[in-house]
This record gives sequence, C-alpha cells and structure tokens, in this order.
Amino acid sequence: MLKDRDYSKWQLWSLVILRVAIGWHFLYEGIVKLLNPNWTSLGYLMDSKGLFEGMFHSIAGNAALLNVMDFMNMWGLILIGAGLIVGLFSRLASIAGIVLLAFYYLSHPAIIGVNFAMPTEGSYLWVNKNLIELLTLWVIVLFPTSQTIGMDRFLFNKK
Amino acid sequence: MNDKDKNASGSKMNRRDVLKGLATVPVLGAMAYGTWRKTRQDHVRSHKLAKELNMSAEEKEYTPFKHDGDTIRIGIIGYGIRGTQLMKAAGFAPPKTIQGWKEDAAKDSRNKRYSDFLEQDDLNIRVTGVCDLFDVRAGDAMAAAANIGREGNGGQMGPTPKRYRTYHEMLASDEIDAVIIAAPDHWHAQMTIDAAKAGKHVYAEKGFTLTMDQTYAVRDAVKASGVAYQLGHQGRQTESYLKAKEAINKKLIGKINLIEVCTNRNSANGAWVYNIHPDANPNTVDWAQFEEPCEVKHPWSPERFFRWRCWWDYGTGLSGDLLTHEFDAINQILGMGIPTSASASGGVYFWKDKKRGDYVNEIREVPDVWNAVLEYPDLDFSILYSASLASNHNRGKTIMGHDGSMELGNSLTVYADRQSTRYAEQIKSGLIDPELPIYTYIPGRKNVDSVATATEQYFAARGLLYTYRGGRRVDTTHLHIAEWVQSIREGTQPSCNIDRAFEEGVSAAMGIMAQRENRTIFWDKDKEEIVKS
Repeated sequence: MLKDRDYSKWQLWSLVILRVAIGWHFLYEGIVKLLNPNWTSLGYLMDSKGLFEGMFHSIAGNAALLNVMDFMNMWGLILIGAGLIVGLFSRLASIAGIVLLAFYYLSHPAIIGVNFAMPTEGSYLWVNKNLIELLTLWVIVLFPTSQTIGMDRFLFNKK
Repeated sequence: MNDKDKNASGSKMNRRDVLKGLATVPVLGAMAYGTWRKTRQDHVRSHKLAKELNMSAEEKEYTPFKHDGDTIRIGIIGYGIRGTQLMKAAGFAPPKTIQGWKEDAAKDSRNKRYSDFLEQDDLNIRVTGVCDLFDVRAGDAMAAAANIGREGNGGQMGPTPKRYRTYHEMLASDEIDAVIIAAPDHWHAQMTIDAAKAGKHVYAEKGFTLTMDQTYAVRDAVKASGVAYQLGHQGRQTESYLKAKEAINKKLIGKINLIEVCTNRNSANGAWVYNIHPDANPNTVDWAQFEEPCEVKHPWSPERFFRWRCWWDYGTGLSGDLLTHEFDAINQILGMGIPTSASASGGVYFWKDKKRGDYVNEIREVPDVWNAVLEYPDLDFSILYSASLASNHNRGKTIMGHDGSMELGNSLTVYADRQSTRYAEQIKSGLIDPELPIYTYIPGRKNVDSVATATEQYFAARGLLYTYRGGRRVDTTHLHIAEWVQSIREGTQPSCNIDRAFEEGVSAAMGIMAQRENRTIFWDKDKEEIVKS
C-alpha cells in the first residue's frame, strides 16, 4: 500500500480534499438529523425495496430497535464525518462509512423494476451515488492521507 | 517532501507537525458557521410565519376512551361486509379469521392485522345477540362474538350468543343494552326507531335513512328516547380535522368560497358488485324479511341480497354511501349543516353490461359515476362532490378560500394564494412562497411547527409515517365505537349524534331526489322541509 509520503503534493492535497468533502457530507447529514427533533429513519426504512426489504421493514416495525438504529445512524454520521474532516481515526471512519453506505444501498438499491417514494434528483441503474461514495471511501482507505494532513499524524507518525 | 517529512517526524513535535496535523480542523468551523446561518434563517422564517399564522403548537393529546364500569351487552344486526368490520373494530372476530391473520403474519412480518387486532383496547363489551338473515353469516357472527379470547382455531371460547331470527325479538330481550345496526340502508330507519323506542342505544351505519320522509321520524324517535346514538362516520375520529377547524377559524385561507370532495374506486367490489355466497338459497336466507320494507316485492334474488347497494329499493347510492362521509368530514370542520339547494346528475357508465359487471339477471340501477352540487348562499360557498366507481385517480378534499387553500387527508396542508389579500406583503417580501405550504400538520409528529421537511411530507402523504411508531396503528372505526360505548356509560351523546345524522341524512336524500327527479331540490331551514324554490 502506498504511504502518505509517496504522493506528490497535488496527489496528496487532492486526496485530502476528497476526504474532507466526504466527511463534510456525512457530518452535515448527521447534524441535520440531530437538530430535527422529529427526525426518524422510519419512513426511509419503510420505503426499502429489493432483497433486504424484509429486514429493513422489521427494524421499522420494532420501536425499540428503530430507536437504536436512529441513534446509531445519527451519531455514526456525525463521528464518521468529523473523523474524516480532521483526519482522526480516518481509516476506521472510512470503513464505518462504507458499512453505513452499504446499508443505504441495500435498502434503496438502484435495481430494475423498483421505484421508491423517496424522490431522487437523478437517474440511476445499478450504480447510484451511495455506491459511488462507498467506492470512493474505499479509495480513501487504500490511499490514506490523515497521517500527513490530519490528526492521525500525532497518533501514528511519531517515529 | 520525503526529506522534509522525515525531519518533521522526529520525536519532538515541531510547528510544521502541528500545522499539518490540524490543517483541516478549520473546516469544522466553516461547517459550524454554515449550519448556524442556515438554521437561523429557517428559524426566523418559521418563527415569523408561525407568529403571522398564530396556529397553536400543541397537538391534541390522545385521551383513551374509558372502559371501566358495567359490561355493555351488544346485539349486532347484520353481519355482512361492514358488520364484520364493525365487530372486528369492537374486538370480535371468528377464530378462522384470526387464524388466517396469524398465518399471514407468520409469512410476512409486515402484515400487522393480527398484532393490531390484539393491541386494540378491550372495550369491556360482550356481544350477547346476533341477527342476520343468512344462516352462514349468522353462524360467523356467533363464532366471532363467542371468541372473547381473541384467539385462532382451538382457542378458549366464551358463551355462544343467542341468534335472533328477527331484530324485533332482539330488541325485546333484556339481555341487550345496545345495538349495532349494519343491515342494508332500507332497514336503517325502522330498526333505529324500534331500537330507540325499546330503549336500546344505537350505533347505525350510514346512510342515515333510505328516504327523506324517514329522516324526521328517526330524529324524533331518538330524541324522545334519550339513547346514545352514533352514526357510523368514523372520519369523526380523524385528528387532522381538528387542526383544519382551527386553521379555518384563524382565517388561514380567508373567505371560503368552494369546497371540492371526491370518491374514487375502480373495482367490482368498490362498485358494490360483491361476490354471491354459494350457500345462499331460499332455505338459508330469510328473503321475505329482507324485502319487508319494500313497497313492491321481488322474487328471491341472490344478486339483490348480496349486491343490494346497486338498487334503489335498498340502497342510497353514492349520495348516501360515500358523499355522506365527505359531507360529514366537512360538516365537522365548518358546521355548515343542510344545504339550501342540491342538484345532482350521473349514470351507470362503466358497470353497465352483464359481462363487465358480472351481473346474473339484472343490471344495476344506481349510478357508478355521480356528481352533486350543494349550495350554501347564506355562507357564500358551494360544495362540489364528484365520484367515479371506475377510476382510482387520487383526489383529496380541498377547501378553497380567497387567501389560501387547504388540502385535507390524514395530514393537513395549507397553501397561500398568489393573489391573496392577507398574504400580499409576505409574498412580496419573500417570507411566503405560494408554491410551498405555509402550514403542515402531520398527526403524531413529536413537535408541531409550521414547516415540515419535504421528505416528511412526502412519506406522510403515502402513509409511511407514524403508522408503526410505538407499534400502534389505530383504526378510526374502533375509536368511533369506543366513543359510543363511553357515551352509553356516561349518559352523553357521541360526536356523530342524531343532529349531525339528521343533517347528513337530509343532505344525502336531497342529492338522491335531485338526480332521480332531475331537478334542483330546495330546503327551507326554518320550516325544515323541501320547498319549491
């Protein structure tokens, strides 16, 4: 795997900007949910389609589990977002982000023959923005930058 | 860069290290600033708007009906499609039905019919008498009534209620305190009058009566008896109607001038062409009793017995059956009562031939497309009703005013009118966008404020929100019966009482007369009678 220090300046800063931008998206999605006392993932879960819709519907149908999921989703987004922006535990944050995005993708897969109540702003077949963001996070895992630009520098780069 | 970094990665942290380590932290500051600006802008807008609209923020607390006190003993008259639904809403279903729900729930966890039924409040009532003219249905009703454990096959059963061959025998029994009347419309008036005279409380299905003449007699009998009377418009229990009333009183939509309400269905069942039970024959059905109120008697007709809504001898058509639900919804918001005049027209336009309508001997008389206009010159508005039983196109209830319009369903949405006088300045200043709702109410939402997010509205409109929260989905018919049972215990009158029922009944009868006599029907509210003009 490439180390931070092997990148050119342009490569390094492009990857940092990409990391921060994804972090920004996660963090703001989390904050919006935190600030809205009415927010719940219920509608989103009930709108699930595809192979895993049964699983998502049963989460929605269980009030206690739904509360746990809402809490984990909201704070997951905030912590992942903040981690990616400041470059703290960046690798862990990226992997957690991939897991979260995988759930979103499986809940609302862009497959033929399904339509969602949730409006989308584009047209998708198999590949949608959740999948692209997921794959981009995988790139962030393989091309880490936080040990050069980011707080991971203090933790992992001491020698 | 490699060399520089090597220098930087010495055991002692230098300035370069700190700068690089914290280089992206200011982004958090930008996020905080952006979020603050956006939240503040939204807050100022919604605060200003809320002040302008002056709608109360409180949501009506759902106060459960009380079920303590004596057990009320109920007789069910008519266990057809609606009678079955009413019994279920009251807490009784046959074991075989519950078994089916259980199996459906086991196959599909989203199927909540079984758990919803179990979670329904116990109203502390017993069904002690059953009356249905068809043996199979009477048997099912008895099984439902005896199933006090709410279990599937093999569950513990309570005592089997008595089957009465006529409702007169049921009313004469001192084992019955109250009756639920779910017989066809042509029986509603006489049954209600007889029940009231016998001192039995009445929950009766709409339409109120078959004819205009009967409306007076039913009202007089119920008022003279003092029994608790509830007409079966379960829409009375819809919470958003209360907010709609507040919004109208606070003049959110200004002077109301037109109200549009509709019905749309598109199936044989929805058009009242129901299945004919294979076991129905002159030996299993008391046909003579079914026909008793009819002036002209007809020979045994399973078609007429099961699909009675398709003939004027027994049914009230779209007017009594479905206009009435819409009328009652608007009447509870506006309290407009009986119209000054009614005109109506329509026809049998789709379910008109034997093949399409699956008719056996007779084609229906009652229109499948029907429209009515109710005029309220004293209140300066018209109510327009239009219905199709052959198109599912979805249309809501809309109340239109000079300053805005209101769309009503389970949720409530108010839009300002672009040419409004009241909102002219706010529209000019950009505070109000006529394209976006100025007020949204979604029942069950934790905090009620003026602006719900687009996503929330989207899901609410599709019934995806607040259906499962807390695991509780409440059936309005259950609430409507619960309210009636509470009224019986407390000696009060429920929300859809005899006065409201009279208004509904007269209005529906005017609609039927207008269409069948092909003329405008006028009502004199002081004399309380139909007049020439």
